[in-house]
Amino acid sequence: MSAEPDLTVDLAGIRMKNPVMVASGTYGYGPEYADLLDLGRLGAFVVKGIRIEPWDGNPPPRLVEVPGGLVNAIGLQSPGADKFIADYLPFLRAYDVPVIVNIWGRTIDEYERVAERLSAAEGVAGLELNISCPNIKAGGSSFGTDPRAAAQVTAAVRRRTALPLIPKLPPNVPDIGGLARAVAEAGADAVSLINTIPAMVIDTAARRPVLANVAGGLSGPAVHAVAVKLVWEAARAVRVPVVGMGGIVGAREALEFIIAGASAVAVGTANFRDPLAPLAVADGIRDYLVEHNFKSVRELVGTLRLP
Amino acid sequence: MMRIEQAAVVSHEAVRGGYRVLTFAAPAIAREAAPGQFVHLSVAGLIEASLRRPFSVYAAEKERIAIMYKPVGAGTRAMTRLAPGETVSLMGPLGRGFPTEAAEGRHAALVAGGYGLAPLCFLARRLGRPGTVFVGAATAAVLPSVGELSALGWDTRTATEDGTAGESGLITEALDRWLAEAPEALVCYACGPNGLLRAVAERAARGGWPAWVSLERRMGCGAGACLACVQKVRTPEGTQWARVCRDGPVFNAAEIAWEESDCVAPTAENRTPARS
Ligand SMILES: Cc1cc2nc3c(=O)[nH]c(=O)nc-3n(C[C@H](O)[C@H](O)[C@H](O)COP(=O)(O)OP(=O)(O)OC[C@H]3O[C@@H](n4cnc5c(N)ncnc54)[C@H](O)[C@@H]3O)c2cc1C
Ligand SMILES: Cc1cc2nc3c(=O)[nH]c(=O)nc-3n(C[C@H](O)[C@H](O)[C@H](O)COP(=O)(O)O)c2cc1C
Ligand code: FES
Repeated sequence: MSAEPDLTVDLAGIRMKNPVMVASGTYGYGPEYADLLDLGRLGAFVVKGIRIEPWDGNPPPRLVEVPGGLVNAIGLQSPGADKFIADYLPFLRAYDVPVIVNIWGRTIDEYERVAERLSAAEGVAGLELNISCPNIKAGGSSFGTDPRAAAQVTAAVRRRTALPLIPKLPPNVPDIGGLARAVAEAGADAVSLINTIPAMVIDTAARRPVLANVAGGLSGPAVHAVAVKLVWEAARAVRVPVVGMGGIVGAREALEFIIAGASAVAVGTANFRDPLAPLAVADGIRDYLVEHNFKSVRELVGTLRLP
Repeated sequence: MMRIEQAAVVSHEAVRGGYRVLTFAAPAIAREAAPGQFVHLSVAGLIEASLRRPFSVYAAEKERIAIMYKPVGAGTRAMTRLAPGETVSLMGPLGRGFPTEAAEGRHAALVAGGYGLAPLCFLARRLGRPGTVFVGAATAAVLPSVGELSALGWDTRTATEDGTAGESGLITEALDRWLAEAPEALVCYACGPNGLLRAVAERAARGGWPAWVSLERRMGCGAGACLACVQKVRTPEGTQWARVCRDGPVFNAAEIAWEESDCVAPTAENRTPARS
């Protein structure tokens, strides 16, 4: 009989019991699923995107199911940093789980302010930087699709926080490795990917977009193979740890990310059908490690055998 | 408290109006479910579906819970094949239901459009004292049965737009005729299409009586986590988003910002293509 494999991960100083976190925007702010499980069993809790001031998001309909996934345009609705700190952070602090707050802004100044505010709050283990938001000073193009803008916002936030900083990369870029390198050189402690893939759905009877925002982002099993390729490329390009996500339903998809080079993974859309999926994924990773004689999940990271 | 239960199908039958009643053994959810709450059902066999499907609780007694549904798209069509003994994953009870105490000392009027009758039947059984129930449909063939409520002593009024059953015309017209002579101490509970709920809200505001409406919105998580199902409501701090799945689906009609309540259910052509 082999010894129990070690599932713990140290992600740039964030100590996780297992490599499986919940993806931002799919598990709320803490209380939503707390009836169903002890949140302390999650590798990490990643909070829905927080902006410095409250933000209304998009009008509904905000979400539509498509074969193998869904397209969402929630529009980053946010209670604002102060309300999050007052109303939700104390709840999350009561659990033995690292809390990673996903943050966003429309300007570098907004990013700096939200990072500073959250860094001063008690109980935040790290910041995930959502850079897939329109940069209003640059005519609305996304920070994340331009490596220079991505590096600029990372460096600016870096100066305001000592917390582990994890820029979250969008998939729709020509050179993911270059983007990952740009944010790593700007001071990122890790990178996570992928965010959703730009997408839209049309109601043919009405000849109108289904989402009020016209377009949204695709997530779920449909994006998984795309995400694996991007995680693999990003992991080859940087030395900082990579968090892989996109379409994880069970352990197999998570293992693909780990073998491709991810140190940790996040479960997103699958939570909607099964809020306990992250626990099952962690159990499945454990079983794989036992079966394949790995003493720890860390040993498996980036072990892809190329032809 | 919300739970997930592997619920075994106990019975599954077609009822009037093209509806189906699906009864499950789900002791924990059944014990706690209140009228107006809903369950989120994971359709077995519909592999490509990333989302559960929401259904109002139609009945909850002892260890059993029932829903009344209409097959409309891939998910609900797959559900029609569920046979006794098979299990599905149910998450619930979800959301905030109808306040039954609002009917104390008041005559209860229930207003249903289509399967909006499902939560109102549950409510009627829990209210004890019968009142008046209004049920509307386009035509007799899709009018759900109100026999059970008549048997409980409720004054049942039906209307079809084409006059093939009950009064002829919209259910709001039947409601207006009744309101002209209705008791003064009145409370209304409604569930159905947005337009119907809005019409009830307008009448409540004019008449000065309370109305509670159950909204229907496209949902993701059903638990308040994804912010997909939002509706603007009036609060002392101005209008704000409420999550229909967790802060509702039942709201005080006076709190809804109705001018921001357009919601489009998928048209027949645009439901998830059937695959399984
Ligand atoms: C709180 C609530 C209570 C409900 N109660 C009942 C009930 O008691 N009986 C009943 O027959 N139906 C009820 N519905 C509607 C029911 O959820 C839909 O008919 C069902 O989701 C359709 O799924 P489908 O796969 O067959 O259709 P599809 O159109 O293929 O579904 C595609 C997507 O759209 C969503 N969707 C489709 N129609 C609706 C709708 N009308 N409202 C919300 N989402 C929709 C689906 O959930 C799915 O995510 C309720 C909806 C809500 C929000
Ligand atoms: C409803 C919804 C809301 C999301 N909100 C955010 C968000 O606020 N910030 C963010 O960085 N990513 C957000 N995401 C993206 C997810 O965190 C994740 O990157 C993406 O969905 C891919 O993973 P999945 O396929 O497992 O869902 C959201 C995704 C969904 C489906
Ligand atoms: S459906 Fe997710 S918040 Fe309501």
